[in-house]
Amino acid sequence: MRLDLRSLQSFIIPVGLILVWQALATAGEISGTVLPAPTAVFAAGWRLALSGELWSNIGVSAWRAAIGLAIGGGIGFTLGLANGASRLFERLTDPTLQMIRTIPHLAMIPLVILWFGIDETAKIFLVALGVFFPVYLNTLHGIRTVDSQLVEMGRAYGMSNWALFTRVVLPGALPSIFVGLRYALGIMWLTLIVAETISASSGLGYMAMNAREFMMVDVVVLSILIYALLGKLADSAAKLLERATLSWHPAYLSV
Amino acid sequence: MTARSLSTVAFAPGVGRPVALRRDAPNASITLRGLSKSFGDKPVLRDIDLHVPAGQFLAIVGRSGCGKSTLLRTIVGLEGPSSGTIQVAGGRSDAGRIMFQEPRLLPWARIVDNVRVGVRNGGSKADARKAALAALDEVGLADRAGEWPSVLSGGQKQRVALARALVSHPQVLALDEPLGALDALTRIEMQTLLERVWREQGFTAVLVTHDVSEALALADRVVLIENGAIALDVAVDLPRPRRRGSVEIAKLEGAILDKLFGDIERPTDESPLHREAVA
Ligand SMILES: Nc1ncnc2c1ncn2[C@@H]1O[C@H](COP(=O)(O)OP(=O)(O)OP(=O)(O)O)[C@@H](O)[C@H]1O
Ligand SMILES: [Mg+2]
Repeated sequence: MRLDLRSLQSFIIPVGLILVWQALATAGEISGTVLPAPTAVFAAGWRLALSGELWSNIGVSAWRAAIGLAIGGGIGFTLGLANGASRLFERLTDPTLQMIRTIPHLAMIPLVILWFGIDETAKIFLVALGVFFPVYLNTLHGIRTVDSQLVEMGRAYGMSNWALFTRVVLPGALPSIFVGLRYALGIMWLTLIVAETISASSGLGYMAMNAREFMMVDVVVLSILIYALLGKLADSAAKLLERATLSWHPAYLSV
Repeated sequence: MTARSLSTVAFAPGVGRPVALRRDAPNASITLRGLSKSFGDKPVLRDIDLHVPAGQFLAIVGRSGCGKSTLLRTIVGLEGPSSGTIQVAGGRSDAGRIMFQEPRLLPWARIVDNVRVGVRNGGSKADARKAALAALDEVGLADRAGEWPSVLSGGQKQRVALARALVSHPQVLALDEPLGALDALTRIEMQTLLERVWREQGFTAVLVTHDVSEALALADRVVLIENGAIALDVAVDLPRPRRRGSVEIAKLEGAILDKLFGDIERPTDESPLHREAVA
């Protein structure tokens, strides 16, 4: 374990900010209706955790995020592979996809509500649409930029198309695919926050909007913090995965 | 072509037999007949006839852009000929291996797995690994088997590439300036290594190089390509291992360089050096 001074240094400012925030709130400099004290936010979290409300809302939000990512990311990845492998396929599908890309996916919200109402499908659809493009574009880019000399080497050494794909093309495209994934994770949470805030009957966004109606600022702040935490968690998971699969990459050679 | 017949007389051809110590695989001879290759309407190779007997070490030299790589790539089937035939006789259908100017190792595969790329399909994974380790041992890198390619030096990477080319015991080994990017000392080391494995395994070797002295140190025969055709075909009938800078090698080198620069007047500052070498 190397938890030396250096790694502690990065905590100085956040911890300091929370302390200042707490001090100002206790001194009455910040009104509780504007920004409740950290202790009040923590208390609200404790209360909701005990009642189980917090966990069920986090669960619902995380589930929507995961399903939306799986669907949108899965389709984006598959299309990225297909278009990377076949020029014909790319000519067929890419222009249409690029056209759709010019529509900001959040602009679809009214239409999506008309189509699906405010049930799960609407949120999942929006998340899937949001994560699709970063995954698609970066997968395609990754495959297109695989070192052609390596591909030629693979062919010259008698690799089958499948071997060429799994041993040369996919590993070569992986760094770029991860860039797409991490970008997609950001969009995933963003989309979900917006969608849940506008139209939902469960989830973190709903919890925040509901609390707003009752002027429970502590719960609103809590929801925001949990969103941030979930976003950080997803990014860290992606980073870990990246580290594990790209251990060959000079950037990760720490030994 | 007059230039060719003149020089052929001048150098009294007679293809020297390599001094092979051991032959594990039957070797393949290479025969090109009327081989031409153009890219678009740009002719690169014109009507090349060349026979490389099994087990011979052939070096191809020539100016940059004269079509050496194209000739080599056509021999191993990476390019199709525009016309003419290539015949690799007495060998398996996939008898040839090529070594490129760059190592072209997969950065995401351990060194031993990179060598395993060269193992022919069909055997078990354990056998492939064993063969790969043996090939690595041959190039002196057995102790680096589990490492990533990015930690190796340029010369070590090329040795891994050589192990990958050799692991399947090819009958023809095509080498496209594989030592071009190495420093002078590493180059000589690699040349010695290359000569040793060629003598041990006895494959037919075709080495493209822009370094005439390298060609003369290694090859049984040197072919000079000019304007897409064979301008010179010289037998190097000298005993191995060859001493660098010997009078015979210097003579041949001077003659080839003369031919290379002949048409454009050799720069005068090269002449004293050349005369010194011959004297
Ligand atoms: N795929 C290709 N498409 C079009 N032209 C090509 C292609 N490959 C080679 N050429 C052309 O063919 C000619 C010969 O190229 P080649 O690579 O065989 O030269 P070379 O003798 O190996 O040169 P060098 O010593 O610089 O490696 C060059 O003019 C090159 O531009
Ligand atoms: Mg070349």
